[in-house]
Amino acid sequence: MNYQPSDYLPIIVQIGAALAFIVLTMVATHWLGPKRHSKAKDDVFECGIESVGNARTPISVKYFLVAILFVLFDVEIIFMYPWAVNFKTLGWDGFLEMIVFMSLLLAGFIYVLKKGVLDWEK
Amino acid sequence: MELTSTVFTAKAIYVGVIFAITLGVAAYSTYFERIFAAFFQDRVGPDRAGPFGILQPLADAVKMFMKEDFIPANSSKWLFILGPCLSMFTALMTSAVIPFGDTIDLGNGVKFDLQGIDVNIGILWVFGIVSLGVYGILVGGWASNNKYSLLGAIRAASQNISYELAMGLSIISILMMTGSLSTKAIVEAQQNGHWNILYQPVGFILFIICAFAECNRTPFDLPECETELIGGYHTEYSSMKLGFYLFAEYINMFVSGAVMATLYFGGYDYPFYETVVNSFGENVANLIGFGALIGKALFFVFVFMWVRWTLPRFRYDQLMNLGWTGLIPIAMFNVVWTGLIILLPAEFNLSSWASIGVAIAGIPVLIVGLFIYHSIAGGKKKKTALAR
Repeated sequence: MNYQPSDYLPIIVQIGAALAFIVLTMVATHWLGPKRHSKAKDDVFECGIESVGNARTPISVKYFLVAILFVLFDVEIIFMYPWAVNFKTLGWDGFLEMIVFMSLLLAGFIYVLKKGVLDWEK
Repeated sequence: MELTSTVFTAKAIYVGVIFAITLGVAAYSTYFERIFAAFFQDRVGPDRAGPFGILQPLADAVKMFMKEDFIPANSSKWLFILGPCLSMFTALMTSAVIPFGDTIDLGNGVKFDLQGIDVNIGILWVFGIVSLGVYGILVGGWASNNKYSLLGAIRAASQNISYELAMGLSIISILMMTGSLSTKAIVEAQQNGHWNILYQPVGFILFIICAFAECNRTPFDLPECETELIGGYHTEYSSMKLGFYLFAEYINMFVSGAVMATLYFGGYDYPFYETVVNSFGENVANLIGFGALIGKALFFVFVFMWVRWTLPRFRYDQLMNLGWTGLIPIAMFNVVWTGLIILLPAEFNLSSWASIGVAIAGIPVLIVGLFIYHSIAGGKKKKTALAR
């Protein structure tokens, strides 16, 4: 089957419909609801205790490590997509080559685990 | 397919119909979720709005719209509005590449695909849009300037990206079977009962677990864990902004059900298709196929609800351990095993039953492997505990 750039055109309809639905709903809910402000009410809700300071404080570095590892491994997984699509034509050779690639990936993965990056209890 | 103005109009109508179906299903999922919850917990459930409470979603919508559109004083106002809009937008865009049915003959020899766009990146589109869904939650949680919201948002982000890895790996085995990224090609390869679930039982289990995590559904609903985080990332939200977050979750459930049906359960394939074509014509048969796909997707929505009222929530470190040390190695094993499923029967010129046999043989191999791994790793842990 031939794929052409014009295949993407109907997506404009869907984007338009989605945006229209979202904007209309947002405007409607803003317009319909009541508006009553007071100083205590406009504060953030933290279990009724007066909130202290800004919420945007430094957070655990584990989350950043997870994000960086995600980028690394996601790129490696995307490498596999073209291989997977052509798998049947590549046959046994492609299979063995991918096993080499995956064992390298797995070695890196085991290194990460042994480093304790994903050790959440520490 | 040539993109004439007739086809474009038909596509526009089709997109409208799919929108109506997704929104309707999402609205009524909230009703059925409560009905099922009531059933599982032996109580009555919603029964006031209309007969059997059937108008409950409408009542909820009216209530949501009439509530105050509250924005906290020290939040980032525009980002606060953008968050739920992004969530909703990504939820609504995913359904574009799902083939809801085969072609419909519009007369004059015009064949119309029951699919938003049939593009050669199909499944990557789903994958990409689902990844963007993280931003909706992260932006909303950060913009609230509330400690609990921020914690919920960060949790949601790292949970979603962790499970995306295993999800991407489990899709690879489907691509190996089909040799195409197009969702239509994946469905067409499964016609006449050759459903991928027969060849990919492990892949399906991985995918459904990841789908639960991506939709933030129980047992993976830690981002909105009430006992720890008030409401999680949507603590500060009210009116339809909150509605958007909740609604996006239900739309995601339905769409991921449709994706699972497409990838593993033959899409719009159903038994006795040939008989229906012979007695009622192709258009009727394909419309029944459309219904079959919706039915399969709704079944998965039911599974989502069933699991919600069956399993308790994970602890956060358990969740991350399952995603990284559990699912990713299993998914890698599944990719290698899929290679064997395809190559071994082809090598010895065996039928597709041999492939199914190899696929099923993978399950005991996996279980034995996991058992050996855990007895080695578990033994080590016990020793260190004793040494302390």
